[in-house]
Amino acid sequence: MNAVTKLIDTKTAAKWRKDFPILDQTIDGKDLVYLDNAATTQKPACVIETLSRYYSEINANIHRGVHTLSQRATDEYEGTRESVRRFINAGNSSEIIFVRGTTEAINLVANAWGASELKSGDEILITEMEHHSNIVPWQMICEKTGASLKVVPIDDNGDLLIDEYKKLINEKTRLVGVVHVSNALGTVNPVKEIIDIAHAHGALVLIDGAQAVAHMPVDVCDLDCDFYAFSGHKLYGPTGIGVLYGKEALLEKMPPWQGGGDMIRMVTFDRTEYNDLPWKFEAGTPNIADTIGLTSAIEYIEGIGFDAIKAHEDNLLAYAIETLSSVPGFRVIGTAKEKASVLSFVIEGIHPHDLGTILDTEGIAIRTGHHCAMPVMNRFGVPATARASFALYNTAEEVDTLKAGLMKTMEVMGV
Amino acid sequence: MFDLKDLYQEIIVDHNRSPRNFRKMEDADIKAEGYNPLCGDKLTVYLKLDGDVITDVSFEGEGCAISVASASLMTEELIGKTVEEAEKIFGTFHELVTDRDSPIELDKVGKLGALAGVREFPARVKCATLCWHTLNTALHDQDGKEHATVSTE
Repeated sequence: MNAVTKLIDTKTAAKWRKDFPILDQTIDGKDLVYLDNAATTQKPACVIETLSRYYSEINANIHRGVHTLSQRATDEYEGTRESVRRFINAGNSSEIIFVRGTTEAINLVANAWGASELKSGDEILITEMEHHSNIVPWQMICEKTGASLKVVPIDDNGDLLIDEYKKLINEKTRLVGVVHVSNALGTVNPVKEIIDIAHAHGALVLIDGAQAVAHMPVDVCDLDCDFYAFSGHKLYGPTGIGVLYGKEALLEKMPPWQGGGDMIRMVTFDRTEYNDLPWKFEAGTPNIADTIGLTSAIEYIEGIGFDAIKAHEDNLLAYAIETLSSVPGFRVIGTAKEKASVLSFVIEGIHPHDLGTILDTEGIAIRTGHHCAMPVMNRFGVPATARASFALYNTAEEVDTLKAGLMKTMEVMGV
Repeated sequence: MFDLKDLYQEIIVDHNRSPRNFRKMEDADIKAEGYNPLCGDKLTVYLKLDGDVITDVSFEGEGCAISVASASLMTEELIGKTVEEAEKIFGTFHELVTDRDSPIELDKVGKLGALAGVREFPARVKCATLCWHTLNTALHDQDGKEHATVSTE
């Protein structure tokens, strides 16, 4: 047993694992090895129970009923806002806007802030490692407003070229959009430094935190970011619920994005007075059940603590890189200095899709493809990669199973 | 339980490693590009026609074993066939890889039968059919152009 394996606390991971009922199953007779956590994480029993309890005991519409169930639903829904505020250390729960997910959060900023603030000649600065969700909304709003989109390049390891960033940012830059942890490469960006530089140039910063929030503590006050977006489903929570954090002064100034019920204070046919924050940005009946489920996910993570989660996942990643490096033709895509939980790789002579199919027959779930980051694939000159991504319930044994699966793939493919 | 060997049969592995008719055809009468954005598979199909008869087919590009082997087997199957026969083969092939309940009649599908295993892997059907959709575009959607693009997403 090598040094890395020793560090992985298998007993604790086994205990955490029991909290996730879905993991206890076989795929074609093989134990499920779920290594697609960057796509979505599995849900602990407490989250599933909350969803079930909501529909069996509470279900009612919020903010508009005088009856008991409506009040209970409202209390729990608004209670989640406070849980999220605490989780990311926002100053005020009115800065927490519920949305469908990271994608909708970014679209909200691009449309509400971008459409009212951007004009021809302005620049939006993003990076070469962004997910499509932090590229396309900006392209769309640039097309509408005449602003232009600039891209900070990355190096061969998948690290952001900070010097290039410093060259590209200027007085025309209105907003910097950057991913906290790259879903395709695992790179952890130096977001605090990026934010400081942007602010020195008078630009706002939006952080795409989709891949970060489940793996490391996020403190939006300490970061001093202007917007932070993330999804509940990558955080052991339900799908369909995400969060946009925005600084209160900015959100106050931004016009609403969608109109409808709940986002108004008073409506006549002549004019409408909008509701206060955060409801100004939450038109219509929201996703009440999954929002409440998010509280359980946050409480679950807080119960374990990021010190333990991060140590376990960092050890797993190091063990996986070490173990898989002995597979002939194995090459890691993304070797940044700071990485978290994502291992993108290729095996010479085998297309990632063939790899994914063959591993599936061994019960191993990984992601193969471009990971919604086609520019990253172009940068590394590959059509696709295979990606194993880790969560707190993964074990060193699963990494060994992955290695065995890769060896079997090579045998099947005659490589 | 489905045996993986039924998907990655020796013939598939062989055609992936040494694809047949894998070349650019400089004097092609028509060509079409196929793209599967989900996988990143890209290929170009070239055709030479003598009246209604396909006298030569080739392809180039990159993709997974299923898409490369399928394209390779397709070129072997089509040389010498009429356009009408090619369309009929496409129909049979499509059923072979998509309809889990259809009988596999090897006398009808020949070597293409090696791809029957794809029917057990719905996520991979697009890999196997990309070359055929591209061929179809080459044959029908040219509108006088010598170049067309098809996408399987």
